[in-house]
Amino acid sequence: MKIHTLLAGAAFAALVGLSTAAVAADKLTVGFSQVGSESGWRAAETKVAKSEAEKRGVTLKISDAQQKQENQIKAIRSFIAQGVDAIFVAPVVATGWDSVLAEAKDAKIPVFLLDRDIDSKDKSLYMASVTSDQVEEGRIDGRWLVKQTNGKCNVVELQGTVGSSPAISRKKGFEEAIAGSPGVKIIRSQSGDFTRSGGKQVMESFIKAENGGKNICAVYSHNDDMAIGAIQAIKEAGLKPGKDILVLAIDGVPDFFKAMSEGEANATVELSPDMAGPALDALIAYKKDGTMPPKWIKTKSTIFFPDTAKAEYERRKSLY
Amino acid sequence: MNQRTFPLFVTAAVFALAYAFCLSRFPAFASTRVFANLLTDNAFLGIVAVGMTFVIISGGIDLSVGSVIAFTGVFLAIMIERVHVNPWLAFVMILIIAALFGAGMGAIIHFLRMPPFIVTLAGMFLARGMSFVLTADSIPINHPLYAQLNELVIRLPGGGRLTLIAVVMLLVFAGGIVLAHFTRFGSYVYALGGNRTSAELMGVPVASATIRIYVLSSVLAAVSGIVFSLYTSAGYSLAATGVELDTIAAVIIGGTLLTGGSGYVIGTFVGILIQGLIQTYITFDGTLSSWWTKIAIGILLFAFIALQRVVTMAWPMRRVQAA
Repeated sequence: MKIHTLLAGAAFAALVGLSTAAVAADKLTVGFSQVGSESGWRAAETKVAKSEAEKRGVTLKISDAQQKQENQIKAIRSFIAQGVDAIFVAPVVATGWDSVLAEAKDAKIPVFLLDRDIDSKDKSLYMASVTSDQVEEGRIDGRWLVKQTNGKCNVVELQGTVGSSPAISRKKGFEEAIAGSPGVKIIRSQSGDFTRSGGKQVMESFIKAENGGKNICAVYSHNDDMAIGAIQAIKEAGLKPGKDILVLAIDGVPDFFKAMSEGEANATVELSPDMAGPALDALIAYKKDGTMPPKWIKTKSTIFFPDTAKAEYERRKSLY
Repeated sequence: MNQRTFPLFVTAAVFALAYAFCLSRFPAFASTRVFANLLTDNAFLGIVAVGMTFVIISGGIDLSVGSVIAFTGVFLAIMIERVHVNPWLAFVMILIIAALFGAGMGAIIHFLRMPPFIVTLAGMFLARGMSFVLTADSIPINHPLYAQLNELVIRLPGGGRLTLIAVVMLLVFAGGIVLAHFTRFGSYVYALGGNRTSAELMGVPVASATIRIYVLSSVLAAVSGIVFSLYTSAGYSLAATGVELDTIAAVIIGGTLLTGGSGYVIGTFVGILIQGLIQTYITFDGTLSSWWTKIAIGILLFAFIALQRVVTMAWPMRRVQAA
């Protein structure tokens, strides 16, 4: 009899032990396949993702794909094999995700797309995408330029990575905004691959091709980093960035705010680096009671000018 | 064990040790899923590495393969999605184009006596440039055949999925082993890499052998491109950048002598698996920078080159002592 109670007690203790172990294992694990660290913004996104995950008690496994899709696909497969609770992907290019995401769906692992969309017919392959309205970002810059120059301006465009969704959308939005003013024209457009060195090189060739830069009234860059490279190129050509050639970009990284506060750039549309936070909230709600998030979780786009640049720079320095 | 097989044993031992280490940290490495992923995710790399093994054994190098993979993807995407050619026909077309491309490079290398490094570097720029000329966008391939081929999966117990492209890679390796060790062409390749002059004197048809080696490499790069386009269901001109270097690393780690004349196709297979294993481990860990993959590969590469040097220097001496 005594032995029985003892045994039962031991079994009970074991059960309690097991259930506490189960509670501990309840801590969510998320795999995050990041594109790489090609720009300051990207580094900030990774940093914010880490701190947001920590805040919510989520274990975040980050894999840097070094700008290669094959590395991202490998990382997603490894996350599936590991049995994570959710996968976050910032896709490097819009196409080619169907079969690996179908595997994640098979394994019942929800997928969230961060800051870029994918080009897929089957929308059930991912639970939600957290992105800004990238077409709108281009539009905001375009509208501002039209107003600022009274509808007369020769623009050169620095495109992002060829085939990536921000490059496509930001180009589209800007073109839409200037479509109504025939005086505002894109006279040259080329990819600087979202990098500073790329932006500088392309801008140098634009300046050479356009009569030493005299024909250029503004440069529209798909991200801040390329614009910072372009500012360098404009200075080296003996022109004043921000005055002789207006500089407008998108992202809102600290170095660009610094350039604005020094009068070398004119406007940037902020792209919030906190993409993981909203995705984590949606994931936690889904795990708790099965609430399905909206398919598109939109982040806000605001335009910033030199007047607030100094304060904004101070506010962001630590983040990046 | 002799001078030729020793590096192969070292490679196999490194792989076994590395796998055991991964297993001790993450028990999930015992699952068929992880192993099947290793095969699927490295299928395109493995296929192109078989061709590279032949090239390196013959004493050459082929830097164009990564670009050929990208060109193949873009070509297929355009042909299938825009020109509406039957995918099988498009596959045949690209294989023929690649064969001609390889033959051209082989002919220039042989007849103009140009170093393979320079010729294939030019080939690399040419193929990458051509894919940008075709299109700068990434084009999805939505043909039903692609979905069907991607659904051809052998489900292993334990959740593993042995995909079609993994099976294609295994077949290419099997074919490569037969070609290297059981055919006349294979012995020509080894003879060329061992010593070109004596190969000529022995009656090896150097011109046709050289051309066929580069045809083989380019055709396998195109097969790899087809596999890559299945893998991503898209064509993208920036795809597979730097793959040529990953491939060369896998071949060297697999025990093939960079100076030519010695090596095994099966060693390259293990070399590919070692690279994939390092990458998987780093993803599983989740806190390490993925650049550690490159660092680990670099260290391995150094170790193996040093090992090769030691082996080639030490073995003949020992034989002399024994005699």
